[in-house]
Amino acid sequence: MKPRQRRLWIVLAVVLAAAGGAYLVTQALRSNLVFFLTPGQVAAGEAQGKTLLRIGGLVQPGSFTRDGPALSFVLTDNKHTVPVTYTGVLPDLFAEGKGAIAQGQLNAKGQLIATEVLAKHDENYMPPEVKKALDDSGAHPATPADKAKP
Amino acid sequence: MIGELGHFALVLALVAALCQGVAGLLPQAPARLHRAAIDLQALGLLAAFVALAVAFVQNDFTLVYVVQHSNRDLPVAFRIAAVWGGHEGSMLLWTLILAGWTVAAERSLAKRDATHARHMAGVLGVVSVAMLTFVLFTSNPFIRLLPAAQEGRSLNPLLQDPGLIFHPPLLYLGYVGTVVPFAAVLARMLSPVVPAGSPELWVRWLRPFTLWAFTFLTLGIALGSWWAYYELGWGGWWFWDPVENASLMPWLALAALLHVLAVREQRGVMSLWTGVLAVTAFTLSLLGTFLVRSGVLTSVHAFASDPKRGSVMLALVACTLGVSFLLISARAARLAPVRAVPAYQLWSREGLVSVNNVLLVASCATVLLGTLYPLAMDALGLGKISVGPPYFDAVMRPLLLPLLLVAAVGPWLTWAAVDMPRLWAQLRLTLVLTFAAAVAIPMGLVAIYGRASPLAVVGLVLAAGLLVSTVLHAWRQRRGGAMVWGMALAHAGVAVFAVGVTMVNTYGVERDVQLAPGETTTLADCSLRFDGVTPARGVNFDSLQGRFVLLCPGAAAPRQLLPEKRSYPGSQMPMTESAIVWGVTRDLYVAMADMVGTTPKGPWMVRLQVKPFIRWVWGGTVLMALGALTASFARRYRRKVAHD
Repeated sequence: MKPRQRRLWIVLAVVLAAAGGAYLVTQALRSNLVFFLTPGQVAAGEAQGKTLLRIGGLVQPGSFTRDGPALSFVLTDNKHTVPVTYTGVLPDLFAEGKGAIAQGQLNAKGQLIATEVLAKHDENYMPPEVKKALDDSGAHPATPADKAKP
Repeated sequence: MIGELGHFALVLALVAALCQGVAGLLPQAPARLHRAAIDLQALGLLAAFVALAVAFVQNDFTLVYVVQHSNRDLPVAFRIAAVWGGHEGSMLLWTLILAGWTVAAERSLAKRDATHARHMAGVLGVVSVAMLTFVLFTSNPFIRLLPAAQEGRSLNPLLQDPGLIFHPPLLYLGYVGTVVPFAAVLARMLSPVVPAGSPELWVRWLRPFTLWAFTFLTLGIALGSWWAYYELGWGGWWFWDPVENASLMPWLALAALLHVLAVREQRGVMSLWTGVLAVTAFTLSLLGTFLVRSGVLTSVHAFASDPKRGSVMLALVACTLGVSFLLISARAARLAPVRAVPAYQLWSREGLVSVNNVLLVASCATVLLGTLYPLAMDALGLGKISVGPPYFDAVMRPLLLPLLLVAAVGPWLTWAAVDMPRLWAQLRLTLVLTFAAAVAIPMGLVAIYGRASPLAVVGLVLAAGLLVSTVLHAWRQRRGGAMVWGMALAHAGVAVFAVGVTMVNTYGVERDVQLAPGETTTLADCSLRFDGVTPARGVNFDSLQGRFVLLCPGAAAPRQLLPEKRSYPGSQMPMTESAIVWGVTRDLYVAMADMVGTTPKGPWMVRLQVKPFIRWVWGGTVLMALGALTASFARRYRRKVAHD
């Protein structure tokens, strides 16, 4: 093969590979995006047309019920709520009144059928998304630290 | 007092780094000045680091950083590890490691090419000035807290684990190690053109350093993954978490770089690409530091959230990219060897190394896309999204499976062109054995697991082919020394890793069950009895210890398993300690999730997992690291430089 011919082949191969790769990547990306919404955004109908959702908020005190491995709770931004059902193991830091994120799909009744529940890090940590959700709804609960102050 | 000493040492190091940068880059600077500056900077950073460690051991609660990460109850080993348990300390460790690499690289390159070494010291000095300014002005660990606190907040319980002691230093040794090829390449373009006929010493010199950086980074990532498996992840070993991706991207770039460096060294081709990769690897390391340390990410690792830090790091990344690529585009010719380079066909060893590079760089780019896309969407106000693991699985699979094939065939090819009849003759045994494996593997899978998924068969057959080919090739070239054995070890590691990933992804079982004391369930082919929970007390935590008895067929005696639920005072954060029965072909994993009722004496939710071949995942990575280390001791890299 002449060098010029070879270069042509290489360029052709690279272009083909790049096109194929770009196609695969955009397909994979599009079908695996998870959209983060607050309960308020869900109430406003923003969940329409989005299959996989992450909903973040506080776990409403008193809303947690369990029946064996099946459990349910309510996520709230202190204005709107989304009921969540989930089967499985909860993260260590999951607690009523604390921030949590549930990932899954909404059913026709507006319930989130969660496949994953996230609550992370240390007890003072609040996922930025949850904090934003609370700030947006203008109803930030008093934190324990605030109460402790004289 | 110790705080002021440390602070002073840090300032001294910054001044020394400034001297080093100036002395290295200015042509009329006195010789040896840069060497003195390098040593002074290293000493200053070492002193600062030791001062911080002493402050931790003595629990000096007049330092904000110590208050945030230590506590009177914290064992001494964890107090020392806490030095790099937070943002400020880990950035200090970053700069200390940078100084360490600088000392080693400059001294060793100076023996071969003094001018090049001086310029490299200059580039390293500039990097160090930037990082030290960042530490001093945005992340200073020596900030005082007056009046002093009575008690510290203690280290995050997740991080109170032996894994943490070694994970960050190893990772940083690898991360920061990418600065050596970067600085060498940039310095090459600042150095005078080499007269024709003189030997190119720096390319050969660079390869061991790249191999060492790769070794450390590989071990660091493997240790982090292992730690996540037993401590954090409910049995997962890789989560495609942005912070994990931040370390994977430089790893992929380094892997590509050390392959292409071998070609560059032995054939003189692909010199521009070598330079581009060296810059890319270091930029990705900086980007990783930015992602982890700026708080733009929500993750276990992202504790710092100070916008100032983020923008400084981002500016640094942008500057590095801009300056480097300007230099490369202006002076690319200086990277090339002065002799004429031999032409090669695509179907040759050089050709397959370029295929390897295309695949590695493409996978690096897809990881980058998946990691940065959500950040870009968020920054543009297009909504908050995240990219799930299925994206990475779907995209990486078609890139990494062909890589196994390339690794299996590549070493057999000759440079420049391939004599096909000879290659067929050499590959015959490999092909026969791989074919046998292709028949045996599906049958074995059906016999043991009851089903053979096509994807698993493809992965396992390719891995088996790679293993066979690697062993046969190493045997054929067995007198080739450390180079051959290093490559064989690393490629065998890739095969072992592929087996582990394929098996654990396809045949892993995960079950959440509710168990009351006295109840028995099954775990793989074993029976597992739950005997209830007893309270226990640790050094600085309380724990509820579950008692499980595992009886496997063929095992002489039942085994007791003691997973725990710990709580650390001063932090209401509970911690789950899993119990793992490990084995070469499978791990059995028991973790207590939470109690179902109101009393620990009642039933518990328990997560049970069977993880086939999970140890192979880390075994393979350790083999890759060992392979890189072995290759770095090849005779060709050790040979004294002839002054002719």
